[in-house]
Amino acid sequence: MGEKILMKGNEVIAEAALRAGCRHYFGYPITPQTEIAHYFAKKMPQYGGTFIQAESEVAAMNMVYGAASAGARVMTSSSSPGISLKQEAISYSACAELPAVIVNIVRAGPGLGGILASQCDYFQATKGGGHGDYRMVVLAPSSVQELYELVVEAFNIADRYRTLCMIMGDGMLGQMMEAVEFRDSEDICEADKSWAVTGTGMKRDHNIITSIYIDPEVLEKHNQKLQEKYRKIAENETRVEVYNCDDADIIVAAYGTVARIIKNVIKTAEKEGIRVGLIRPVTLWPFPTAAFEKYAQVPQAFLSVEMSAGQMVEDVRLAVNGKRPVHFLGRTGGMIPTQKEILEKIREILK
Amino acid sequence: MAQTDMIFSGFGGQGIQSAGRLIAYAGMLEDKHVSFLPSYGPEMRGGTSNCHVIVSDEPVGSPILNSATVVMAMNRPSMDKFESYLEPGGILLIDSSLINREPVRKDIKVFAIPATQIASDMGNLAFANIVMLGKLIKETGVVSTENFERALKKVLPERKHYLIPDEMKALKTGMDY
Amino acid sequence: MAIVFQRPHALRDTEMHYCPGCTHGIVHRMVAEVIDELGIEGTTIGVSPVGCAYNNYLYFNCDMVQAAHGRAPAVATGIKRVHPDNVVFTYQGDGDLAAIGTAEIVHAANRGEKITTIFINNAIYGMTSGQMAPTTLIGQVTTTSPFGRKPEIEGYPLNVCEMLSTLKGAAYVERVSTHDIKNIRNAKKAIKKAFQVQMAGLGFSIVEVLSTCPTNWGIDPVKALKWVEEKMIPQYPLGNFRGKDLEV
Ligand SMILES: Cc1ncc(C[n+]2csc(CCOP(=O)(O)OP(=O)(O)O)c2C)c(N)n1
Ligand code: SF4
Ligand SMILES: [Mg+2]
Repeated sequence: MGEKILMKGNEVIAEAALRAGCRHYFGYPITPQTEIAHYFAKKMPQYGGTFIQAESEVAAMNMVYGAASAGARVMTSSSSPGISLKQEAISYSACAELPAVIVNIVRAGPGLGGILASQCDYFQATKGGGHGDYRMVVLAPSSVQELYELVVEAFNIADRYRTLCMIMGDGMLGQMMEAVEFRDSEDICEADKSWAVTGTGMKRDHNIITSIYIDPEVLEKHNQKLQEKYRKIAENETRVEVYNCDDADIIVAAYGTVARIIKNVIKTAEKEGIRVGLIRPVTLWPFPTAAFEKYAQVPQAFLSVEMSAGQMVEDVRLAVNGKRPVHFLGRTGGMIPTQKEILEKIREILK
Repeated sequence: MAQTDMIFSGFGGQGIQSAGRLIAYAGMLEDKHVSFLPSYGPEMRGGTSNCHVIVSDEPVGSPILNSATVVMAMNRPSMDKFESYLEPGGILLIDSSLINREPVRKDIKVFAIPATQIASDMGNLAFANIVMLGKLIKETGVVSTENFERALKKVLPERKHYLIPDEMKALKTGMDY
Repeated sequence: MAIVFQRPHALRDTEMHYCPGCTHGIVHRMVAEVIDELGIEGTTIGVSPVGCAYNNYLYFNCDMVQAAHGRAPAVATGIKRVHPDNVVFTYQGDGDLAAIGTAEIVHAANRGEKITTIFINNAIYGMTSGQMAPTTLIGQVTTTSPFGRKPEIEGYPLNVCEMLSTLKGAAYVERVSTHDIKNIRNAKKAIKKAFQVQMAGLGFSIVEVLSTCPTNWGIDPVKALKWVEEKMIPQYPLGNFRGKDLEV
């Protein structure tokens, strides 16, 4: 480990990508994540890589489709409205099994909405914002240090499974500065990319990257192959932080920056004699269902706290499967749930 | 557990963000846990700018503050907005060259420093934020002057390092005011 | 004298949010004056962009619609086809019109869509804090071209009027500037004619206005006006590209 430095979340994302061997970045400016592009614009030339400010997010994501087809480690980043525009190429990339990393520093929607922190894109990210039966891995860091570690991991997961991997943060995480400690070198998975288009060199049969399968039987087979891959990812790559859950009176489900607020709540509640547990999904897909199943009978109730009108709570309900009541507290529009209102809600539930 | 929750606020251009960043950096150099959260977006344009800084012995929970133990206000709108954020016994530092109203709260400690005037007398208006930080460090002890100086070296670009002795003088002036 | 500074009726009595020295405000005023002079406030529908002018629906007194980034010409098309007798205009920046919305503007022009576009070319993305725009000049430093725009990497400044003037549907195409009084007068004339072309049903009309962004150019407002004159005009020559002699 090197020395600790104080860095902005967005810049850490770009730095982590460079350390993970990403040399191709395509993006389009949008608040609150544009510092990612600024950082690449400054640093990429030193690495001999490519930074392109595309004409749109549609183009940027299709540039990713091209670069990933060509076998490169590639990344794009945006915020909610821009991520909506990427959905076409996301669906195509998923079908063509292209590895790439997409960062969404979520802002409040719908529509042009606002620029403040939100978690309102949970459904879009985990249930398929584009068309078709596909999944992508969604990682939700809650600190700048974890942002670094998960960006590196995202590239490895993408390559290992030939899948898209999304880093989902929010405006707060992108804009805040925290201490980060970079490793001297990264563990980079050396994936076989013999499928990539590189030119046959007249030495092999041609490689094809495509997402069109006109024959229904062939397309169904391809879908089965994708589903098998997603099953494997769910088995191997589910990540979760379980905190203070043994003997908890109530277990809160929260991810990203909201989970940090819950950690404050846990301390304050303790003083009142209330034991609050936290299950923090680190992968939003695959969802850590097992952690909820394991603790389903422990608390009196569950509470999902989100910066949304109620999205992850649906997965929490499915996982808890009726064994305990599952409550919800959410703020929208860029408003952030306060310790005070969360505590009040907890007291009310436990009454 | 010791934790200092600070809000810095003023006009864009008064060095609010760099003041917050310097304290966060110095806190990190003290081996404390720190977070720095700036206000961002169009509201920064010409208007007020603020940031939330936490320096703590334990990992920082929420980086966003709903209340603070220290507020440093460098203009009137900032004081109007953030005075109410202070916890009882909290510290309010105001630039009295630019703020002419008395605080409403009676349950807080108030330090009025004519920082802009002092900086202007020193010949560099850009030091006003550092003068304020001098008082902040003196009254809170949140970071040491040594680590503050080390933070200056980290935060300022190399070509501005020649300013550090004067910045430290501004800090000292604020401490002694 | 006071009469000169009277606020046009089509401009609401609201303080604008633009930075000091930004010419967005001047262009709003000219558009509003033209709407007043043509007596069309009651039939005009404007479309706001995504850019610093995103909320100019608050400033114009006519009906207004806010569009997604770059899509204003498509939104305006929808409005115009529903209300062919109304006057429909879009107000768009250079990121909005010449990057993400290139397809929409080209096809609206090519269809000869009877709408008017006011196109603010300030050679930068203002709203998102100073990234390169398609119109950024060679060598110009921006947050995403920190070493200056290089044609081998970022391509060349996009001359929108020249490009659109190759399209038959584009009836009126003119580039104007805001850097001094004389040019502001010309700009207003062009804006008026563009609306008249639409009202005469002659086809698509666009006025490109060279504008300042002192904030993201990092210079004071006076220097910014000079920069328009000395740096922008050589790349973006002023004048009419199509429809000069149209009778309206
Ligand atoms: C789909 C989408 N992508 C990106 C953005 C972010 N965005 C807001 S304004 C803007 C650029 C504005 O630049 P320009 O059109 O030149 O207008 P100016 O601010 O310079 O007047 C961008 C990229 C967005 N709102 N929506
Ligand atoms: S950022 Fe630039 S374009 Fe936007 S209001 Fe300010 S000066 Fe005008
Ligand atoms: Mg612009």
